[in-house]
Amino acid sequence: MADDEFVSESLDEERRSAAARLFDVRRVIGGLFVVYGVIVTIIGLLDTESELDKAQGVRINLWTGLGMLALGALFLLWQWLRPAEAPPPPAADDPGPPGAH
Amino acid sequence: MDSLRLRLDFVDYVLIFLYFATVLGVGFAARRSIRTSVDFFLSGRSLPAWVTGLAFVSANLGALEIMGMAANGAQYGIMTTHYYWIGAVPAMVFLGIVMMPFYYGSRVRSVPEYLRLRFNHPTHLLNAITFAVAQMLIAGVNLYALALVMQALLGWPLWTSIMLGAAIVLAYITVGGLSSAIYNEVLQFFVILAGLIPIVVVGLVKVGGIDGLFDKVRDTALGEPGLHAWADTGSTDNPLGAHWFGIVFGLGFVLSFGYWTTNFAEVQRALSAKNMSAARRTPIIAAYPKMFIPLLTIIPGLIALVTIDGLGAESGDLQYNNAIPLLMRDLLPNGVLGVAVTGLLASFMAGMAANVSGFNTVFTYDIWQTYIRKDRPDDYYIRVGRIATIAGVCVGIGTAFIAAGFSNIMNYIQALFSVFNAPLFATFIIGMFWKRMSPLAGFWSLLAGTVVALGTYLLYLADVLKFNSDLSESFWGAGLAFVTVAIVAIVVTPATRPRPDEDLQGLVYGTADVGELDAADRVWWRNPVLLGLVAVVLSFLFYIPVW
Repeated sequence: MADDEFVSESLDEERRSAAARLFDVRRVIGGLFVVYGVIVTIIGLLDTESELDKAQGVRINLWTGLGMLALGALFLLWQWLRPAEAPPPPAADDPGPPGAH
Repeated sequence: MDSLRLRLDFVDYVLIFLYFATVLGVGFAARRSIRTSVDFFLSGRSLPAWVTGLAFVSANLGALEIMGMAANGAQYGIMTTHYYWIGAVPAMVFLGIVMMPFYYGSRVRSVPEYLRLRFNHPTHLLNAITFAVAQMLIAGVNLYALALVMQALLGWPLWTSIMLGAAIVLAYITVGGLSSAIYNEVLQFFVILAGLIPIVVVGLVKVGGIDGLFDKVRDTALGEPGLHAWADTGSTDNPLGAHWFGIVFGLGFVLSFGYWTTNFAEVQRALSAKNMSAARRTPIIAAYPKMFIPLLTIIPGLIALVTIDGLGAESGDLQYNNAIPLLMRDLLPNGVLGVAVTGLLASFMAGMAANVSGFNTVFTYDIWQTYIRKDRPDDYYIRVGRIATIAGVCVGIGTAFIAAGFSNIMNYIQALFSVFNAPLFATFIIGMFWKRMSPLAGFWSLLAGTVVALGTYLLYLADVLKFNSDLSESFWGAGLAFVTVAIVAIVVTPATRPRPDEDLQGLVYGTADVGELDAADRVWWRNPVLLGLVAVVLSFLFYIPVW
């Protein structure tokens, strides 16, 4: 790698990075879709004739709601079964990419 | 019934509100992961491949793209799939297999920075400035388009939507940096799908499935040619007015490689991946959803064509561009309607956030740190990045209001910046594979190529040069620029001094082992080459039923 002051500095910064403290996005997707799923499923259960007519007789609210609920649950399940592994702390003997020093 | 206005009820607004609250929450929660400037601008290079991959596809899934491709679907039919299957997937795969080892392996922090290391400062500055200016203006165009749609759908005044959209994007990027932009893009990806899939399902039920849809398209003015991708491309007598040669080389090679491989707003997502393997897989993972998106854009476009009388008006509510909002109005009951409006809002913000996060990084690292204030502590550059975000969004707001005054300006700005991509790609690809190419040749090639592309475009606008269509102008402009870059590089290089070999380690093909993967990543299902080739083969197979 080319020996460049800015690039070398940025490699040092990566060593003191706080990125490991970033939360897991699966929890956010799971949470929002479970809430969306519950709301839309309930609306789907309460849909009247006129709403069904508009959607060509498809219970679209019910199906979309259940679909979103399932997606949200899958993300939460995934996170529960395979929690994010903390990235290994950069070891002192980590040579980094070739030529970094 | 002809008005585009949607009748949202309380629940729809609850769904929209919940989404905005989540987006802002992500921004504030991402704040604690920022300690260094690399955390702020590149997420500390820590993200897994599925996250950066979905963000990569989402950054391109702006509302202008979705509504525009649905409009193309209604106007040109199945030929619109060329923008995905030959005009995107191969370039995304090429980025992952061939170019990412140089980008990620050299540890550059941006696309312009690669030019600084490979060539020299003038080449770098030229690209950094054009990119930064383009991103601010395009963010403004996105904002204006958002406001137009919100005015039509919800009756919000233009300035309300402009300020609200800008404030939300500004808040979550200033606070949470790239991590919050990327996390929100991943979330947006799923919300956009949840909004579009119900439109397709209900729409297909209405027209009697895919067979019913195709039968009805045959009875429209578009007719049978609208159902084929390649069959009529031996001449230009087809809906798109394009010859197969132009599609393969113009769209499939010059235009799409220019956009996907050098656009930092995209490449930045891959640079934030946690290791080489994840970086290389980022655009390839993105290619898989990308090849299915025609189902959610072109199919609704065709459904709109056969179900909405008078679609295709020159102006007013029945323009092709409104295909998706019109279907939302006709087909979705309250509830999923709220999800669909949220998806549309989400896609506007995805597009704008990608522009803004690309802009603040290039401004801070490539302009401010490199040329103006060099030796400050790292914290200083995070502050510069936050201020640049605010300034960039303000310029975007200004652009949005100017566009509101002269609505044609919007099309010009978009077309204008697409002319910078082809010469940039040519400079990159020659520079990556021809070690001898000198720094001065890099600068003059890029400049000459840009001038040729820009000149072709301006002469076309001024009616001096004539082309069949806007599309064929962009094919030719891009092609000429590409050839110009190659010629200038060949002429200037022998007369000037190359960079010494030791400066080019990891930047040029054949200098060092780039793209080397960790042992844990050498399993077949994480192999970028295999995953990439499968993506290309699949996307070509998709052509068979709609040949």
